Amino acid sequence: MSIPSNDKPETGAFFGRDRTWHSPALTPGYKTSVLRAPQRALLSLDGTLSETTGPVFGHGMIGEQDNDLIHNFAKPGESAIGERIVVHGRVLDERGKPVRGALLEFWQANAGGRYRHKKETYLAALDLNFGGCGRAICDDDGHYAFRTVRPGAYPWPNGVNDWRPAHIHFSVFGHGFAQRLITQMYFEGDPMIWKCPIVNTIPDKAAIEQLIAPLDWNNTIPMDARAYRFDIILRGRRSTLFENRLEGN
Amino acid sequence: MLRSTDILKETPSQTAGPYVHIGLMPNSCGIDGVYAGDLGSALVNEKTLGDRITVSGRIFDGADTPVRDAIVEIWQADSAGLYNSPSERRGTADPNFTGWGRSATAAEDGVFRFETIKPGRVPFKDGRMMAPHITLWIVARGINIGLHTRLYFPEEAEANAADPVLLRIEHRARVETMIASRNGNDYTFDIHLQGMSETVFLDI
Repeated sequence: MSIPSNDKPETGAFFGRDRTWHSPALTPGYKTSVLRAPQRALLSLDGTLSETTGPVFGHGMIGEQDNDLIHNFAKPGESAIGERIVVHGRVLDERGKPVRGALLEFWQANAGGRYRHKKETYLAALDLNFGGCGRAICDDDGHYAFRTVRPGAYPWPNGVNDWRPAHIHFSVFGHGFAQRLITQMYFEGDPMIWKCPIVNTIPDKAAIEQLIAPLDWNNTIPMDARAYRFDIILRGRRSTLFENRLEGN
Repeated sequence: MLRSTDILKETPSQTAGPYVHIGLMPNSCGIDGVYAGDLGSALVNEKTLGDRITVSGRIFDGADTPVRDAIVEIWQADSAGLYNSPSERRGTADPNFTGWGRSATAAEDGVFRFETIKPGRVPFKDGRMMAPHITLWIVARGINIGLHTRLYFPEEAEANAADPVLLRIEHRARVETMIASRNGNDYTFDIHLQGMSETVFLDI
């Protein structure tokens, strides 16, 4: 279903980012940030064409199994090991408008908490049938869905005994380069969320809760997979009423 | 009671983490066969208009050590100053130029690299022309929210001096952090996350 008012590409500048809602750059509890956090104030800039435009990714670039992590790395006839889940949701902007055509890329550890990566040293086993990456493009309503196995929690070198709660990484392209976002999704009911130094870089509990996907019982596939719902909000933009037209948009 | 004009809240950013290559450049880290190729690995083809250039550089942390697990994305106009985007309403960009590229910093030496073209000029909001520039977005382990900056070109001294964004930098010595160095058609743009030469990052 298309929304006529959304047919014409929008050109307005994005609302200023509420940086109190995000993690600050320097978060000593997450040690790697200490030497990688810029220390000077950012230069604030109302969006120009360089920020309000962005690349487009067509549905044609998506392969049939790109959104099926259970099978997209598996040998023919085999599948990844783990709890089968569907993750789905909508990508909206801050005004509640669906972001049609948004490209999502996701990556995760396998069911045992092991990533397929040369730098990974955790002793948990690799799954020969699990690569750990997938992607999807939102439909006209902003919906996306993919199938995967629930990732395991894993330990990481930060504190002596720090563990990452089960999570899936998301990279999102909206319509403008200033909307570019990378984040992580967590699972409802996981007590480890609140112990995680990376989660706790986010100052506001309500903001953290925005990253926790609830179990979506009604979209569970009987005898197959449970569903989790993860909606993503990208920045909205000024686009209506009396736009400043000095540049002639 | 006043009606609220609140908007939804943006989903909070989280670090890309150490394994971002799995998600964004799987073929580059040994996960073959899921995608035909890695997105953003080529901006140009043989028909792309404009002057061919390379842009490479490293990202240095606060201990002056190259960051070897970052991903850099660039976004730029074509040689005529048009963006290959539906939100570009001034004309149609070169169909043989995507304008968008993605590169990992190499595990060995931390170098990122793009083969692209020199962009044309794009107007600022008030109609003044901005100097030619490339927008960069940097994510990595230890970076909680992606960092935006711009690369400007050293041979454009006059345009740079009148650029509405560069003009807004209060500490003039910091302007240099956004200007690449040049050797023929090869540009080097090193990024410093901290320290005396910290790159100017943008809140856009």
